Amino acid sequence: MTNSIPTATTIAASLSAAAGADGATVELVGVVKDYGSHRALNAIDLAIRPGEFVALLGPSGCGKTTALRALSGLETINAGQIRIDGKDVAAIPTNQRDIGMVFQSYSLFPHMTALENVEFGLRMRKVAPTERRARAEEALEMVGLGTFAQRFAHQLSGGQQQRVALARALVTRPRVLLLDEPLSALDAKVRVQLRDEIRRIQTELGITTVFVTHDQEEALAVADRVAVMRDGVIEQIGTPEELYATPSSAFVADFVGLSNRIPGQLVAGVAEVHGARLELLGDPLPDGPVTAYVRPEDIVIADAGIPATVVASSFLGSLRRTQVVLQDDTLLSIQHEVDTRPQPGDAVFLRLKGAPVSAVPRS
Amino acid sequence: MSAASRAAVRLGTEPSKATRWIILGIVGVVFSIPIIGLIEFSFRDGLGGGYTLDHWTGLFTEEAARTYRQLFQAIGNSAVLAVVTVAIVLLILLPTMILVHIQFPKLKRVLEFICIIPITVPAIVLVVGLAPVYSVVVSVFGSGVWTLAFAYGITVLPYAYRAIQSNLDAVPVVTLSEAARSLGASWPVVLWRVLLPNLRRGVLAAAFISVAVVLGEFTIASLLNRRNLQTALLQVGQSDPWVAAIFALLALLFVFLLLLLIGRLGSTRNRSSS
Repeated sequence: MTNSIPTATTIAASLSAAAGADGATVELVGVVKDYGSHRALNAIDLAIRPGEFVALLGPSGCGKTTALRALSGLETINAGQIRIDGKDVAAIPTNQRDIGMVFQSYSLFPHMTALENVEFGLRMRKVAPTERRARAEEALEMVGLGTFAQRFAHQLSGGQQQRVALARALVTRPRVLLLDEPLSALDAKVRVQLRDEIRRIQTELGITTVFVTHDQEEALAVADRVAVMRDGVIEQIGTPEELYATPSSAFVADFVGLSNRIPGQLVAGVAEVHGARLELLGDPLPDGPVTAYVRPEDIVIADAGIPATVVASSFLGSLRRTQVVLQDDTLLSIQHEVDTRPQPGDAVFLRLKGAPVSAVPRS
Repeated sequence: MSAASRAAVRLGTEPSKATRWIILGIVGVVFSIPIIGLIEFSFRDGLGGGYTLDHWTGLFTEEAARTYRQLFQAIGNSAVLAVVTVAIVLLILLPTMILVHIQFPKLKRVLEFICIIPITVPAIVLVVGLAPVYSVVVSVFGSGVWTLAFAYGITVLPYAYRAIQSNLDAVPVVTLSEAARSLGASWPVVLWRVLLPNLRRGVLAAAFISVAVVLGEFTIASLLNRRNLQTALLQVGQSDPWVAAIFALLALLFVFLLLLLIGRLGSTRNRSSS
């Protein structure tokens, strides 16, 4: 598929030029959704800029999919506003919201060919047959499946089906693209490939995109901004770098990237962890025992310092991740250059680099 | 080989080929004896023995047309009943099932229960309950034979329900309709262009089995004093048993072909590449 990328890029550019518009703004204002007594969305606020790629990230049940479905109109909301380009669409049914959506499960219409699937949205918009066909072919071309137009869903691989679904969602030039975990049914390699391609096409088209995922690596890799959700609210929203470097809460620190939980003491607003004094991220906490969240790359192997024993070490290509256990039985994950090769059982010393940390009170 | 039968092989519980043929043979003989008897009987020349084609050829004379006018009328009645019953299934049961499947999945169990009930209620009991209802039906819709289809719509529920439900379960109805909605389709378009083409097999099977049930129905029609194929066959059989046997055979053949068609529909895959 790699050799088709230059052509596909130009096609995407022409598609976006034809659309003649940048993406729309999308705003959720105080959106509430209840399922019986369970509050799935708790007065959620979210503002997305035109052409922005925002990922909703969180564990299952955090409300991320509900938020996306509320945006699409597939779920009604109990309170609040959903604005697309400033206009409240909360009362407008799904089929009139002018959105494109790709689902987690394969959703191609089984009785239609790939081309007919892509044409469907244009057919609904009463586009003339010749133009419809040309645009559908162009969209299939864009996702690198130009030669698969006459295939049925059951003749396509999972990755190909999701590509067709993406073409189908984009061919109508919708104002907003909604992606509901579109990659989770695919195997690892295809997932990364398609993820990068989604981002490339999205950038070309400049379409405002909301991407729901539970995979933090995926969210960090593709999104302009990531909204970390928990219990129906957005815990923090920011660029991937912000989330990683300055998590606003222990939940975010724990959920985004790998973190070690190390017991320490909070004294005068500074966490003392194994002799190191680490500044605190997020809201101030009362002094007392805390659990600090320390990134694996913020712990280094040193000549002297905290004594530890190596448990295991794994080679990850450009770096090596080693599990060590401290004398108080705390298990830590550290990250270092590949040329250091600790063996299980080795005694090593660790030093904390001193990067600011998130922490939660420890009882 | 399906996963189920593969599992059966592993457990050693699947009957051997010979056993299967023996079972099939026994069942086949048991079922074919009355049919063969019927065929044989239709060629008999009176009670004295000997065979004749007269009973078959006699059907196609003008005189027969007059004599059996009522029977032909009854065949027409049954055909109308079949059509109206199928219409009830397609226009009421099918949309209800799709609606429950998509919007009210919690009601699925309730709907299933309601649809299965008629199979547990003997027709004669049903009639006892239906008699007073039909006095109302008659005052509203008149006493046309087609009104029997209201009762038949209930008796075919279990069969039609199963046929449609198995298809509904095999198709990701919710995802497909949500995808279609997101692409701008209104609900009627979702139903017509996306769901029905994928439910074709189940819907056709439900329609055919409804026709088969209606053509074989006797009790309700008889007790409510309506004439359909079966009640007419009984009547004719009292004066001319041969003709009754011949018509029974023809009806049987028709239903057999219908069921064969259902079987074919069930086994054909989705259309492949064009």
